[in-house]
Amino acid sequence: MFWLNQILQGILLGGYYALLAAGLSFLFGVMRVINLAHGSLAVLGAFIMMVVYQALGISPLGGLLLMLPIMALLGVALQFLIIEPSLKGGALVPLLATFGLALICDNVLFSIFGADTRSFAADIGTLSYDSWNIGSLYISKLACLVFAVALLVLGGTQLLLSRTQIGRRIRATAEDEDAARLSGVDTRLIRAATTALAMVMVGLAGAALGASGSFDPYAGGPQLLYAFEAVVIGGTGSLWGTLIGGIVLGVSQGVGGAINTHLSQIAGHVVFLIVLIARLYQGGEISAYLRRLRVRFA
Amino acid sequence: MTETYKVQRWTSRSIVSTALIAALQFALLAAPFVFSANVVDHLTTLFVYVVLAITWNALAGYGGLVSVGQQLFFGFGAYGAIRLSQAGVPVYAALALGGVGSAVLALIVSSFMLKLRAGEFAIGMWVLAALVQLLVSLDPIIQGATGTSLLALNSFAPAARRADTYWFGLVAMAGVALLLFLLLRSRLGAAMQAIRDNEEAARSVGVRVQLAKRIMFVLAALGAGMAGAVWLATSISFQPNTYFGVQWTAYMIFMTLVGGIGTFEGPILGAVLFFAVEAAFGAEGVWYLIGIGAAAVGFALLLPQGIWGWMERRYALRLLPVGYVLKLQGVDAGRQHGFARRSVPPPPAAMRISEQS
Repeated sequence: MFWLNQILQGILLGGYYALLAAGLSFLFGVMRVINLAHGSLAVLGAFIMMVVYQALGISPLGGLLLMLPIMALLGVALQFLIIEPSLKGGALVPLLATFGLALICDNVLFSIFGADTRSFAADIGTLSYDSWNIGSLYISKLACLVFAVALLVLGGTQLLLSRTQIGRRIRATAEDEDAARLSGVDTRLIRAATTALAMVMVGLAGAALGASGSFDPYAGGPQLLYAFEAVVIGGTGSLWGTLIGGIVLGVSQGVGGAINTHLSQIAGHVVFLIVLIARLYQGGEISAYLRRLRVRFA
Repeated sequence: MTETYKVQRWTSRSIVSTALIAALQFALLAAPFVFSANVVDHLTTLFVYVVLAITWNALAGYGGLVSVGQQLFFGFGAYGAIRLSQAGVPVYAALALGGVGSAVLALIVSSFMLKLRAGEFAIGMWVLAALVQLLVSLDPIIQGATGTSLLALNSFAPAARRADTYWFGLVAMAGVALLLFLLLRSRLGAAMQAIRDNEEAARSVGVRVQLAKRIMFVLAALGAGMAGAVWLATSISFQPNTYFGVQWTAYMIFMTLVGGIGTFEGPILGAVLFFAVEAAFGAEGVWYLIGIGAAAVGFALLLPQGIWGWMERRYALRLLPVGYVLKLQGVDAGRQHGFARRSVPPPPAAMRISEQS
């Protein structure tokens, strides 16, 4: 029963990782940009939400609803100020520019908020500890909520891309920007919308982090690593791939942590490396997988 | 226009500058006898920055591999030194072997890490650094996040220790720089500069891209490991969080981008600038780090060739020749360089083999 519980908690934690990974893999799938500021921006989202709901004296949910449009606007700014100019400079420049952005983001947050660890737990009432009991299993309602949001985001993105007009335009832009432009798609606008959408996902992940865990200005780095690990473990890049990647990561950490608290993160990293190496030596190179990922997203 | 030309590596200016730089290295050997303790310590720090900058540049500028996990080798070099010193190895030998240990680690992980592409490699290296940091923290002698000290160094008198550490740092820097210089001038170096300019094209003319990258990766790890060992020798204490911190990579990126990525001289200039910036603003704490980040973003977007790359283009400077100059007779060399950097007129008045794309 103990192990069953650990695995169950790992699966629920995996929902958070899948949500965190969604923005990273979406931006990569459409734009071919790996955003090294991804984790820092999620933490930024959590701080924005905190400031908004505390300053206005509204509920955290209200703060979240106001934070998401702010994140979308930041996404547009990110696109025009950093991603678009950096894409002209080759494959390395976006990495360097977004790494610099992460450094700026972390330290600006630190200069404003200091090193204190924050959490929304105190402000969301009983939701932070409510749970369903099945025998000796405890299922947190909040973790289920995060899991459901992750499903909604991943499924919604898939539907958006496959069924809607803007989704078609995003896919066309990802596939062949020149051809898309020739067919009358405003590709700059589409790219801005893509980044805005990715930032909304990042904002949701930040809110989940603040509600179910804690964050501080330098929490961005580890979040980037978790998101990246979930994307790579999941492999296929489809809805289920990212979700499975998140779950595998969550379960690895849960089981590792149950053996020894030091092992929680180590187990996550080790499973990631094993999957990575297995994939490299089994089905060709990882770049081939990433090409597939692009096709599935597009 | 005449068709006669000659391929030239050394220009009169680069002969003079290389000789001067070599002489400077020897002159620096005397520093502990001449300068105050404070200056000697600062110079040692500068050597660490130079090693970090030139080796990160070797990886990114020539190998086309952006890693945000070089703190892995920095920390592992220091950790290896502590482990070996505890096992009874003489302390400076332990420090040198620690750096070599990082190169060995790099050789092992290169077998799978180098199969990753740009962004995956970048974050993958960071994951690896995080993993090794966690594992090192589990080692009983490190005592978790508390860390430990290189106690063996305490047996030296402070003045002797300072001078020895300085020389160790100087030799490490000069050694790594010389190794890189010779490597870039070898046949392999031509391959690396070809990869820098266009990986696909290099592959298509038979350059062994994977081998060249692997060598750069191991060399970069050796440099970072040596830098970590020198840092340990100056600060004595070792905490996993500090040595495996991603800020080391941030510094490397800053130095390389500001100085000039893909040039030999640029990162050295970047290291000197970083050293000056740190001396002036390091006390500002977070705002200093914000400035470092802003400068990295600014240079990446607005002046990707860096200060040295810009000067090289503008004034046809090349102090340490790792490329070639194709010189047509009867045309002023300086003007040829500037010309060739911007356009490709038929027939080219001059062209550097290492021309950036």
